[in-house]
Amino acid sequence: MTPRQKRFVLIGLGLVALALAAVLVLNAFQSNLVFFFTPTQVANGEVPQGRSFRIGGMVEQGSLTREGDGLTVHFIVTDMAKRVPVTFKGILPDLFKEGKGAVAQGQLGADGTFLASEVLAKHDENYMPPEVADALAKAKAAGAQSSSTLVVKPQ
Amino acid sequence: MIPEIGHFALILALCVAVVQGSLPIYGAAVGSSALMSVAKPAARGQFILVLLAFCCLGYAFAAKDFSVLYVAATSNSHLPLHYRLAAIWGAHEGSLLLWTFILTIWMVAVTLFSSHLPEAMRARILGVMGLVSVGFLLFMLTVSNPFERLIPAAVDGRDLNPLLQDPGMVMHPPMLYMGYVGFSVAFAFAIAALLGGNLDAAWARWSRPWTTAAWCFLTVGIALGSGWAYYELGWGGWWFWDPVENASFMPWLAGTALIHSLAVTDKRGGFKVWTVLLAILAFSLSLIGTFLVRSGVLTSVHAFATDPKRGLFILVFLAIVIGGSLVLYAWRAPRVGLGGGFDMVSREAMLLGNNVLLLAALGAVLLGTLYPLFLDALGLGKISVGPPYFDTVFVPLMTPAIFLMGIGPLAQWKKASLPELAMRLRWAFGASVVTAVLLPFVLGKWTPLLSLGLLLSLWIVTTTMVNVRERVSHLVGNSFISCLAALPRAYWGMVIAHCGIAVFIVGVTMVKGFEVEQDLRMNVGETATIGGYTFRFDGAQEIKGPNYLAARGTFNVTKGGREVTMMYPEKRLYSVQKQMMTEAAIDSGLLRDLYVSLGEPLENGAWSVRLYHKPFIDWIWGGCLIMALGGVLAMSDRRYRLAGRREESPTQAQPQPLGPEVS
Repeated sequence: MTPRQKRFVLIGLGLVALALAAVLVLNAFQSNLVFFFTPTQVANGEVPQGRSFRIGGMVEQGSLTREGDGLTVHFIVTDMAKRVPVTFKGILPDLFKEGKGAVAQGQLGADGTFLASEVLAKHDENYMPPEVADALAKAKAAGAQSSSTLVVKPQ
Repeated sequence: MIPEIGHFALILALCVAVVQGSLPIYGAAVGSSALMSVAKPAARGQFILVLLAFCCLGYAFAAKDFSVLYVAATSNSHLPLHYRLAAIWGAHEGSLLLWTFILTIWMVAVTLFSSHLPEAMRARILGVMGLVSVGFLLFMLTVSNPFERLIPAAVDGRDLNPLLQDPGMVMHPPMLYMGYVGFSVAFAFAIAALLGGNLDAAWARWSRPWTTAAWCFLTVGIALGSGWAYYELGWGGWWFWDPVENASFMPWLAGTALIHSLAVTDKRGGFKVWTVLLAILAFSLSLIGTFLVRSGVLTSVHAFATDPKRGLFILVFLAIVIGGSLVLYAWRAPRVGLGGGFDMVSREAMLLGNNVLLLAALGAVLLGTLYPLFLDALGLGKISVGPPYFDTVFVPLMTPAIFLMGIGPLAQWKKASLPELAMRLRWAFGASVVTAVLLPFVLGKWTPLLSLGLLLSLWIVTTTMVNVRERVSHLVGNSFISCLAALPRAYWGMVIAHCGIAVFIVGVTMVKGFEVEQDLRMNVGETATIGGYTFRFDGAQEIKGPNYLAARGTFNVTKGGREVTMMYPEKRLYSVQKQMMTEAAIDSGLLRDLYVSLGEPLENGAWSVRLYHKPFIDWIWGGCLIMALGGVLAMSDRRYRLAGRREESPTQAQPQPLGPEVS
């Protein structure tokens, strides 16, 4: 082979490798995107069935209950317009509190309960995950409820 | 008064940086020795000034001067002194000061270890670093001043985020920044070469130790961060593919590619243009990483500031640095030349393969990290990309890279023969495959990934052994040991760094394959058994720390009736920020970690508890440290020290007759 042909073969091989990598990456990317929904969207049935997604909002005051095993917890996530009951088995993060923002990842059960596989609340006391602040702002803008007590303080 | 001195020192440093960034570069262009000689004293002066500013901020923290806004925001009078000092880089403004301080440290290092460089080269390198420094100092002085006053002064500070009150905070950020900023030296070398138009093997040899040094720091910095997350966050994970982690991992990938590409430029004079591009890329990613993490674009414990003015400045700065260097690259790179040719089967080709794979991995991480941000910025919805994506992408990309890693060091430069390589490696390959297939059965469980992981690490170790043996057999020496000692340090550095990867892979594979995690409720006196260890919960007591209250659990761990250890996990409530923190108790060992953390208190003194048994997890960080050690060894090779004295004037690439030797 002449050096010129060699170079072409090399470039060709490189392109094939890159194309392969791209296919692989995009494929994995497509199937691992996790979308975020607000409780209102969940209530309106806009969420995918049988696929994992995230919801976020405030943990409603007084909604946290614990089952006898000490691990399974139930609570309600709300954007002040709609409420979604959530079930989670495991240890909640340190910053999880009633009346604070939280994000949960999981699937929607047949009975409308959100079965969380993961609960995220990993920032500081006053921090509001932007998704949550956004969800609350959206619900408020929709005029679903004229809540004047809620202070949304994105840091 | 002291904070004003610091502020003033920063302003002076900016003036010096402007001089350092302009006169020497101009001097190099017109060949004025007088102008070029400004670079060295300017760099040292700037170091002194930034050091002064840094000390002033440190003093403000030590003296609890809550009239300084930054001090009031990130510390508290009850915070112990070492954390008050670490709080210097506890938030945005101080981290930038640390960044700039470290940049000046690297500058001084360049002035100290560059006596062998041509004067124009040195002037340009220091000039480029001065320009980078101008950007950072301007940023601090205009929108992000750590010395800003708070009037009237706060009675007490808001305290450091409890997550950051940890020994990891003292070490992790400075190490990481030494790595990030260290790439500015490689970047400055590349820009200097583009400006000067002379990019040759000598250039590569000069910049190699600097790049390796930065890479070592970055490796250690990332490992420290990972270890910190492991014990501090209470989740027992060591890597979450969190955007902030990715932000530090991307420069690492680019830096690793750069190290290997520099090896080709150094030994064979090839890959020149590519090497320069990688140097620009590595530093650009460091910059993006710094800003991404600290600017508040990413939501995490690392992010503090959200100020639109800052965002704009950052964008403009990034555009100037990255855009400017790419324009220069496009303009000057054709002058640099392509370097020697090579065959499709040769060490060059394999290193090229390594580079392509590393960059593909980098691209994948970049996509997964930035795509959600773009989508969000465009208002197209909120998504997140989970760890499964990165796991699925990484394994198939790294597998061929590691396969090449075994062959590459054995292949000849320019032209190698595949059948011959196969002959030399047949035993290594056979032994690796057989062991990798059988070993999991011995360990009690077989999965494809387990075998693959073991195969990759065995492949690295066995091929390395073949390589060392062949190298020794070429030498004429008295004993095997003296032959080993006669091999150059750069070679040993490569061997050790590659073995570090093997150790790392063993750690990851074993943890993924055999870890046991259990969340459960434990009453006082109750026991639970995982991984052969029995944990007995002996209740929790209240204890009082300097700035927190804690419940401390007592666990008695036994194995087969014999006592192993006592473990004391804590749940802390930090009084100032009213924040709960989990302090896991970890019993580390060479072959396994035991990990206990407290969940929530339940009725009658019972707690929800998290118990982990993590085999080989310390190998993950051990592997990283071994990699860094290899880097240090490679840097200390005599050829880097002698090279300069031997050739004052840069020469063209000369093929080295010595044969296999890389990195």
